[in-house]
Amino acid sequence: MSIIIHKNTKILVQGFTGKIGSFHAEEMIKYGSNVVGGVTPGKGGMTHLNLPVFNTVKEAVDETGASTSILFVPPAFAADSAMEAADAGIKTCVAITDGIPSHDMVKIKRYMRRYPKDKKMGLVGPNCAGIISPGKSMLGIMPGHIYKEGKIGIVSRSGTLGYEAAQQLKDLEIGVSTSVGIGGDPINGSSFRDIIEKFENDDETIAVLMIGEIGGPQEVEAGQFAKENMSKPVIAYIAGLTAPKGRVMGHAGAIVSAYGESAIEKVELLKECGVTISKNPSVMGETVKKVLVENNLN
Amino acid sequence: MDIHEYQAKKILSDFGVKIPTGGIVYSPENAENKAREIGGSKWVVKAQVHSGARGKAGGIIICNSPLEVADATDKLLGKKLITNQTGPEGKIINRIYIEEATDIKHELYLGLVFDRSSESIMVVASTEGGMSVEEISKEKPETIIRSKIEVAVGIQQFQAREIAFGLGIESKLISRAANTIIGCYKAFSELDATMVEVNPLVVSHQDEILALDCKMSFDNNAMFRRDEIAELRDKTQENSNEVYASDRGMNYVSLDGNIGNIINGAGLAMASMDMIKLAGGEPANFLDVGGGATPEKIVKAFKLISMDTKVKVILVNIFAGINRCDWVAEGIVQALSKIEIKHPLVIRLAGTNVEKGNEILKKSNINYIEASTLEDAANKAVKALG
Repeated sequence: MSIIIHKNTKILVQGFTGKIGSFHAEEMIKYGSNVVGGVTPGKGGMTHLNLPVFNTVKEAVDETGASTSILFVPPAFAADSAMEAADAGIKTCVAITDGIPSHDMVKIKRYMRRYPKDKKMGLVGPNCAGIISPGKSMLGIMPGHIYKEGKIGIVSRSGTLGYEAAQQLKDLEIGVSTSVGIGGDPINGSSFRDIIEKFENDDETIAVLMIGEIGGPQEVEAGQFAKENMSKPVIAYIAGLTAPKGRVMGHAGAIVSAYGESAIEKVELLKECGVTISKNPSVMGETVKKVLVENNLN
Repeated sequence: MDIHEYQAKKILSDFGVKIPTGGIVYSPENAENKAREIGGSKWVVKAQVHSGARGKAGGIIICNSPLEVADATDKLLGKKLITNQTGPEGKIINRIYIEEATDIKHELYLGLVFDRSSESIMVVASTEGGMSVEEISKEKPETIIRSKIEVAVGIQQFQAREIAFGLGIESKLISRAANTIIGCYKAFSELDATMVEVNPLVVSHQDEILALDCKMSFDNNAMFRRDEIAELRDKTQENSNEVYASDRGMNYVSLDGNIGNIINGAGLAMASMDMIKLAGGEPANFLDVGGGATPEKIVKAFKLISMDTKVKVILVNIFAGINRCDWVAEGIVQALSKIEIKHPLVIRLAGTNVEKGNEILKKSNINYIEASTLEDAANKAVKALG
C-alpha cells in the first residue's frame, strides 16, 4: 500500500475550470489519477476536460462518491473552500494555494475540529506540491515522472527540494511509496508527525525521508514521535543553515524566532532522537541508501 | 510587514489601549511646537525606524525643554540609526515621535504571537519589561506567563485578569490592565497581525497602564483585505533591492556574501545557500523565483542580482518540473541577451529534459560554467571567485 492516495482514489478538483486548476487537472489525469470531476461555484452542469462540473462540493460528493479533493482556489477564497470540503465529507483535501492568511488557517483548523475523528477531514498544505503515490495516483503539481515506484516515504515542506530528493533516489534506483508535500506555511493542515505516523503504519514503506527547514517546532516534534513510536528508520535534511535569524526565507513559515528553530539546533535535536541526518542537500539519496544498507532493508 | 511605533500605538489606542500623549514631526520647528502643544516639563524624542533596541543606539532622547526637543530632533532627522537589529548599514530616520515623559512605577512585558505548536494565539507576559523576550526567557524564565487563547471565541475576561494578577498588578488596576490585554488581542486578531509587542507596558505613578513602546507586524498574505494596514508600509525602512523584488512578486533577502543566487523554490534556495557555505563561500542573497521559473521571472531575477554590487559570481540552480529544462534554458538565453553580466555564471539545471536544456545553453553564445549536481554547482561557484 501507499499512504493517503491509492490507484482508485476518487479525486475532485476545487477551482477546476480556472487556468491553473485546468492545467494541473490535465497533468493528473495523464498520470493516471482517478479525477472524477470538479467544483466551480456558478458553473455547475458544465463539462470540463470531459468531466462534470458541480456548484458545490456536497453535490459533487453525492454524485461521484469522491473522497479526496485538491484545491487551486485563490487565497482570498481558499479557507472557505477547504471548510466546504470538510463539511461535504471529503476525507483528504490537498491545498496547493500559496498565500492563505495565517488567521484563516487557524480558523480552518478550528472548524475541522467540529467533526468526530472518523469523519474529520485531513488537510495537507497549503502552499505545497501535493501528494504522489508513484505508479498509482498523483494529487499535486509535481513532475510525476521523476518518482520511481518503491518503498521510501518522503515528507517535505518544500516542493522543489522534494523533487531534488526524488531525483537523487531515482538516480540510485531507489523508489518512493508516497511523497507528501506539507507546505511552507507557519500553520499547516498536516504536520511532519501526522505524515510519518502514516508511513509507520504503511506496510509498503520501509524508511522515511523527512525534508524540513528553519522555523517552527514540527521537525523536532516529529523526531520525538519517531524516537518513541517508530520502528522504521527516519532520515532528515534541514535546509537553512545560512539563513539569518528573524528573516522570512521565502516560505512564510521559514523564520527563526525561538530556540530550537534554526537549522543547526534542529539537526542537533533530531540526532538526539535517533534520526539520521543528511549532512547536505546533495547527499539525501546517498544517506537514504546508506541507512537501507545498514538496516538490511535493500 | 512591520510598521512604526507611532503607527502601532495609534492602532492600539483605537482598541482602547492607553498611550502617552504624543505626535509625529518631520522638522525641528515642528518638534518644538509639538512639545509645547503636548505640554508638561519633560518629553521623549523617539527616532521612528523599524527596529527595537533604539534606546541603546541613541535613537531615544529625553528632553527638559521644547528647545532641547528641537535640538534632539535636529540631531536625529536624516541620520541612520544603527542598532543591534538593523545590521551595520542602519536605517534612515525620516520621522520623529515626540511624547510626554511618563512617570514609571513598573515596567512589564506583553506580547502576542501565533503559537505554531498549538496553532492558537498566545499571550506572553512578564514582570521584566524593558528586556527583550529572548533575554527574559534566558535570564528570568520563571517570570514568563503564557496564556493560549481559543481563537473561535477569542480572549475571555478571566484570561486577561489571570495574566494581570500574574503580573502582580494592584487590585484596583486589574480591570484597566485586563482591558489593555484584551485591546491588544483584538488588534491582533481583527487586523491580521502576526505580532503585537508592548515593551515596556508600564504602570505609572498616576496609576495609569500605558503602552510605552510598541511593535506590530502583519501577515503579508492578508494585505489584500487590509488596505488600511498596507498603506502604513514605509519602504525607506527596507533594503532597496528587497523592495524591488517584492514589488515584482519575488522572494528575496539580501545577505552579506558575494555569490548571487537565482533559484526556484524556497526550500531549494535555502539548500543551495547551505551548499555554498559548505563549499567555503558565502551567499549574497536568498532568491526564490517561484516554482514556475518563467523566462520573464528569470529576466527580472538577473536584473535584480546585477543591481547588487557585492555579487562577484552568479549561481543559477533550477529544478525544472512541469516547466521543463529546455524552456528554462531558453529563458536564461533570452534574459542574457537583454542584460549584460560581467561576473562568472554557474548554471545547474535538473529535472525534466535536462539534456535538452544543457544543449540549448551550450549552443547559445552565453559564457557560463555548467554544473551537474547541487554540490558541483556550489563548488564551481566558490572556485569561480578566484
